[in-house]
Amino acid sequence: MSGVSLQKVTKVYDNGTKEGVKIIHGIDLEITQGEFVVFVGPSGCGKSTLLRMIAGLESISGGTISIEGRVVNDLAPRERDIAMVFQDYALYPHKNVFENLAFGLRLRKFSEDEIKKRVNDAAAILKIEHLLERKPRALSGGQRQRVAMGRAIVRQPKAFLFDEPLSNLDALLRSEMRTEIKKLHQRLGATTIYVTHDQVEAMTLAQRIVVLSGGNIMQVGTPDAIYNQPVSKFVAGFTGSPPMNFLQGSLGVCADTATVLLTDGVQLPLAASWLPRLAGAHGQEIEFGIRPEDIGIEAGAGFGAERAAMSGTVVVAEPLGAETLVTFACAGGEVIARMPPSVNYRPGEAATIYVDMQKCHLFDRANGVAL
Amino acid sequence: MSATISDGSGGGIFTGKRLRWLAAGIVLLNGFFPALWILATAFKSEIELTAKPITWIPHSPTLNNFIAAFRDQPLPHYLLNSAVVALSAMALSLFISALAAYAIARLNLKYRGAILTSIIAVSMFPLVTLMVPLFEIMRGLGLLNSYWALVLPYTVLNLPICTLILVSFFQDIPRDLENAAMIDGCTRLGALWRIVVPLAAPGVFTAGILAFVNAWDEFLLALSFNPAAAYRTLPVGIQMYQGEFSFPWPTISAALVIAMIPVVVVILIFQERVVSGLTSGGVKG
Repeated sequence: MSGVSLQKVTKVYDNGTKEGVKIIHGIDLEITQGEFVVFVGPSGCGKSTLLRMIAGLESISGGTISIEGRVVNDLAPRERDIAMVFQDYALYPHKNVFENLAFGLRLRKFSEDEIKKRVNDAAAILKIEHLLERKPRALSGGQRQRVAMGRAIVRQPKAFLFDEPLSNLDALLRSEMRTEIKKLHQRLGATTIYVTHDQVEAMTLAQRIVVLSGGNIMQVGTPDAIYNQPVSKFVAGFTGSPPMNFLQGSLGVCADTATVLLTDGVQLPLAASWLPRLAGAHGQEIEFGIRPEDIGIEAGAGFGAERAAMSGTVVVAEPLGAETLVTFACAGGEVIARMPPSVNYRPGEAATIYVDMQKCHLFDRANGVAL
Repeated sequence: MSATISDGSGGGIFTGKRLRWLAAGIVLLNGFFPALWILATAFKSEIELTAKPITWIPHSPTLNNFIAAFRDQPLPHYLLNSAVVALSAMALSLFISALAAYAIARLNLKYRGAILTSIIAVSMFPLVTLMVPLFEIMRGLGLLNSYWALVLPYTVLNLPICTLILVSFFQDIPRDLENAAMIDGCTRLGALWRIVVPLAAPGVFTAGILAFVNAWDEFLLALSFNPAAAYRTLPVGIQMYQGEFSFPWPTISAALVIAMIPVVVVILIFQERVVSGLTSGGVKG
């Protein structure tokens, strides 16, 4: 069953001109009931605007938004039966935590017993029972965020909307709350739309990720698909930490072999499986993409059969404990490789690195589309 | 004159901290001296008042002036009239200006700047120029000698200042609080009354005090529109103490002190509610 459905949704802001400024360009998206979907993209990509349009806080310039089969275009936020968690928490400062949670229920004329039961249940889930009498100003950032989530839970809405809920928390608390949100979704199984610019949150939380840029959907897919089969250089460069490496080059395609020709004469043979896709692509200018974990130091160790060697110079090594990130200068650019902590490189040292050619990505340099 | 205020240690009397002290002194003297003088006079006998040299503190304080104030004129009735008029005007002003201020602060109005400018411009009109047209309107409506004859003009006269105060307070309230309320189940107006107005309490009280005091003090319209004894407000009523050949200063002072008490009480009550930092904690920071 459909949870939230967007059809050709557009948003145009009036800027005095006849056409206005188009922020959202015809979004089509089906979110099934109970699904956890993350909108991710750089700032200004329209992800928050889209979320606010679903919530009813922004008007819809064109298209249709439905929640559980009901078109909500012209419904006020309160009539859409959704709950939202804001980046700045948006707790009512003049009400204590209990009243913050109870506010929506009181407006909906729930009985006092039911209100008490629901608030206490939500408080128990979020472990904020001991804070119910406090005012928001007496809470820490993490506690405020829990209260904000509690306010959403008590209503038992059709859909939860999260607008960058963790971006005001410090790193440790953020990962803790991330886990909490995931647990919460597993427990409640409610349709959830989560907006973030943080790809780690997107990867860890989402059942499906929607990558947005400039008011368009770049790709919709599972975290695995987004990570391993990006449809464009933009998506590829957005996921992973550190993100995918890109080197400029061109294609050399013959009848039965295909090669990536990088600058400085570096040649990397492509796997035979690429051939059908590269027919007629000889000489095409491309970006060669490889993730840091698909670059190694020893030929064969932990890699598939298809690997290629490149010689380079160590620029910098950054030990992280469990691994060391090493930046190499090679083939006219720089690549970052994820190496075991045992490596011991000095800056300026010459090294040979191996690229797993089965995991590489090729993008058209002109438009960034994956080949 | 080129006085610099930023500099802390200047040479002349018109520079730096001294200028600030001077300004503060003038304000204090201007504000408190008449009130204190009236307070002292209210407890003096007529003989002591006219005696020379002047006594600052009453030698033999007496309550006779207060007794006279209640005996010579129906002071409680004036108090009641003033209270009805001032409280009604205050409530109406706050209600209307809250709606206006919300629209100016929140809705993306096209001519927001022009609206604000005209509100300020309107508030600059001298009252005297408005009196004749207002009188005609009130007579036309048959409202002369009624509470409405004062409540309506006081409300209108208070609107600009109340609106301006509330706009600045409403603007500081994070929009997401309202958004959260609307998602929780409020209408836009519901969010205004349940969330925005309570959080703008310091502003609402400030505007309320101003509206109340303006209406409480007003003399010109009260004298012109409500000459009938039944609707006399305090400023007009106190004027009635003077006779053709007598001007009983101590009695008038006593009546003035009584007239001041409600204002002082209102301000003290509201001042306690005007706590800053009420909004802290609702959003980050």
